[in-house]
Amino acid sequence: MPTTFVPINKSIVGSGGTASIDFTSIPQTYTDLLLLVSAREETATSAVCFMKFNNATANRSEKYLQNNGGASPISSSTSVLQFIMCQPTDSASTFGSAVIYIPNYTSNQHKAVMTDSVSENNGATAFMRMIGGLWADTSAINQITLTADTGDIAQYSTAYLYGISNA
Amino acid sequence: MAAGLTYEKIQSQTLSSTQSAIQFLSISTAYTDLILVWAYKAASTNQPTLRVTVNGNSSGYSTTQLYGNGSTVASTRNTSASFWSIARVSGTPSTTAATATIIMNFPNYSNTSYYKSILARTASTDSGVELDCGVWQNSAAINQIDVDAATSNDFGSGSVITLYGIAAA
Repeated sequence: MPTTFVPINKSIVGSGGTASIDFTSIPQTYTDLLLLVSAREETATSAVCFMKFNNATANRSEKYLQNNGGASPISSSTSVLQFIMCQPTDSASTFGSAVIYIPNYTSNQHKAVMTDSVSENNGATAFMRMIGGLWADTSAINQITLTADTGDIAQYSTAYLYGISNA
Repeated sequence: MAAGLTYEKIQSQTLSSTQSAIQFLSISTAYTDLILVWAYKAASTNQPTLRVTVNGNSSGYSTTQLYGNGSTVASTRNTSASFWSIARVSGTPSTTAATATIIMNFPNYSNTSYYKSILARTASTDSGVELDCGVWQNSAAINQIDVDAATSNDFGSGSVITLYGIAAA
C-alpha cells in the first residue's frame, strides 16, 4: 500500500458559517502537507482567507502574481499568508479554490509555502493568484488555522488536509 | 515498482552538503506522470536559474516563463535551448539559507509517441513566483532528470528533493 497522499483531516463548514477552520495536532509523520480549500466569504466584500501556522502571526510574508482576466496583471507582497476565495458579490453558490503545498513541514528550516488560488464564478470579476509564502520560523508545523479577513467563512466551504511522505 | 500505485515516492534526496547539481537516474517507466517536489534551501546569493535536462540530452528544449517578483509582472521565453529554464527570473532565493518551494510536473513522461513537456512552479518570498512551461522535442520516455545551474554550489544542505510517480492505471 502506498504510504503517501494520506487524508489527515477535513473540515466542512456547517450552517451559519464559521469564524475559522482549524487543524490541530497535525501528525509529524509525513514529509509534506497538501491543503485543498474550497471557500467563500459570508459577509465581506474583500475575499481573502488568512492562514496561520501554530497560531503564530509573526514572521509571515509572501509575494504573489495576480490577475482578474484583464490586461494588467500585478505582482505585490504582503506581511501575512493569504489566498483568494469567493465573496458575497460573486455569483451565488460559487466557491474559490486553493491548493496549498507545504514542503518539509517538520524540519528545522523556515517554512516555504506555495499556493495557487482562484475565485472563478462566471461573474463580473474573478481573480487568480499564484503565491510564494514564507513562515520564517524553524518550528515544526502542528496547527493550521484559516480565517476570513472579515466576516465568516461560509457554509459548504471545505478544507482537506493530506500528508505526503517520501519515506 | 508496481504500476497502479499513485503519488508514490520513486526516489528522494536530502542534501547533506552544498551541491551544484542533482540527478535522478533509472527512473521507472511504470507510472503515467512524474512530480518533482523540492524543498529548496539556498546556499548562495546567486538566485540561480534551474537548468533542467532529461535523459542526459542537451538539445531541443524550449521554455516560457511568467513571473512576478513582488512589483513587476513579465513573461520571457527561450527556444532551441540546451535545457529547460526554470525559475529563470523568480522563484529561487537570492539570500543564503532562504527557502523556496519548487514543483515540477512531467505529464505522460513514459509515453514514446510524442514530445515531452514540463510544467513547473517556483515560489519564494525572496524573489517571487514563476510559472514555467516547456517542451522537449524528443519522444523518448524520460528515464533521467538532471538539474544544475550556471553557478556552483547553490543548492544548500537540508534541501529535500523527491520524485513521485503518478499512475493513471
